[in-house]
Amino acid sequence: MIDYWPLLGIALVVIGFALRFNPLLVVAVAAVVTGLLGRMPFLKVIATLGHGFNENRYVTIVWIILPVVGLLERYGLQERARTLIAGIRGATAGRLLIVYLGLRQIISALGLTTVAGHPQTVRPLVAPMAVAAAEKQHGELDEATAERVKAMAAATDNVGLFFGEDIFLAIASILLIQGSLASFGIQLTPFQLSVWAIPSAICAFLIHGTRLLLLDRRLGQRK
Amino acid sequence: MINLHWLYIVSGVIFAGFALGSARDETNPKRWGNAAFWLLLAVSLWFGDFFGDIGNGVLVLALAGIAGMQLIGRGSKQSTTPEEREKSSDRHGNRLFIPALIIPFTAFVGTLLFNYTAAKGTGLIDPKSVTLVLFGAGVLIALAVEYWWLRPPVLSAIDEGSRLMNSVGWAAVLPQMLAALGVIFATAGVGTTIGAIVGSIIPQGSIFLAVLLYAFGMVVFTMIMGNAFAAFPVMAAAIGVPILIHQDGGNPAVIGAVGMLSGFCGTLMTPMAANFNIVPAALLELKNQNGVIRAQVATAIPLLIANLLILYVAGFHL
Repeated sequence: MIDYWPLLGIALVVIGFALRFNPLLVVAVAAVVTGLLGRMPFLKVIATLGHGFNENRYVTIVWIILPVVGLLERYGLQERARTLIAGIRGATAGRLLIVYLGLRQIISALGLTTVAGHPQTVRPLVAPMAVAAAEKQHGELDEATAERVKAMAAATDNVGLFFGEDIFLAIASILLIQGSLASFGIQLTPFQLSVWAIPSAICAFLIHGTRLLLLDRRLGQRK
Repeated sequence: MINLHWLYIVSGVIFAGFALGSARDETNPKRWGNAAFWLLLAVSLWFGDFFGDIGNGVLVLALAGIAGMQLIGRGSKQSTTPEEREKSSDRHGNRLFIPALIIPFTAFVGTLLFNYTAAKGTGLIDPKSVTLVLFGAGVLIALAVEYWWLRPPVLSAIDEGSRLMNSVGWAAVLPQMLAALGVIFATAGVGTTIGAIVGSIIPQGSIFLAVLLYAFGMVVFTMIMGNAFAAFPVMAAAIGVPILIHQDGGNPAVIGAVGMLSGFCGTLMTPMAANFNIVPAALLELKNQNGVIRAQVATAIPLLIANLLILYVAGFHL
């Protein structure tokens, strides 16, 4: 007999997000409800939540970069990024993001996943550069187009990270696959696994790269 | 040995700085809510290991309460005008990129140097968190260079940092909160339940349909949990190992690696993967909270189909 009750917590998250309640509140409530439905005593639920939160503090420390970035913005970093791109002949938003996609995949494949990222590189450098290049192609951008270009900059960082990191041998997800399969008596080396991340990485570059070229084409047309 | 705890202490100082900077911003009508929120995080970074699990749980509920009661706002304080920024940008030129590049450079070169020289044997840095520790060191070096070179007002790093931090707001903590939710889901047996449901609808006799269900299950479960790590052990136990590997004789390396990557396609499409999808929307000040996800769907779906084909062809026919 399958116990379906804990799944109600998932439903709560979906409904709470859809109704646009504050996501932090939705997640906290869903956590407590799921725990209670999973027949955990109330204090145990609170303790598990607190333990999980405390163990994952490293997720939040990336924000310590913001004073560095904010201070540079005060002295014109974003303006500088725009000027730099405006001075490069043939620079387009799509081409710029294709270069970034490739770099992000290669650096992630070397295991250096936290070297770049949304606070580290996208907000201070990649997004303003992409917007500047788009303005060069298109003239002044309406709000929807500017949003689209910025969103593509963030998307490119994600695709590059996800479909680069698994080529590195010692990345968490490869070790997790190895460990999970080993518990069923299937012994694999990290190398055997990470080799099979390469075809998907190439597909990711081709698919997302094509979309970036299409973005260029659309930016060129709407002039 | 320098490990994550050192980094937590430094980070706590910077978060306390965000609290101070928020409190100083009179243009934000909810500045005390912001200050309390960031101060709680600073306290968590400093003292989280001394509170005990229940104490941390109460702290989590307090954070959720502040955010849920809409006590966090944004100011409109401008430190320099766009004209001043243009002028400063012209004056300082491309050297402005240097402090921004110090951080990735320190993390990148530092990690390589540490791992491939005698430094690894000295035990100076905890090998498990080398890149993160060097990232923290890079932040401190970059700040020092900025103060030495640009001579900004003393508290400006705090003010500028909290300006950006408050533009992200509560979303900054969502990834950590979702990680805690994942722990609850695991303890309450959500994974087992989903595995049992998927396991009960396995199609017999068609390798392709089994591959489809495996990849699709990875995507859906990843979208629910917000990351593929939670989904993989469940889907491997339900379909990957018993059906694809043992019954149908698939290549385990392909089933494992490409199964995980199919899950990553799901990560591109879910708000539950907050640090990749919701946080950047806030950080780039997009109007649409789901703008990044919308930009990713048209990559994720063809890429999922590509992964399906790789699974099917390389897993069973090579």
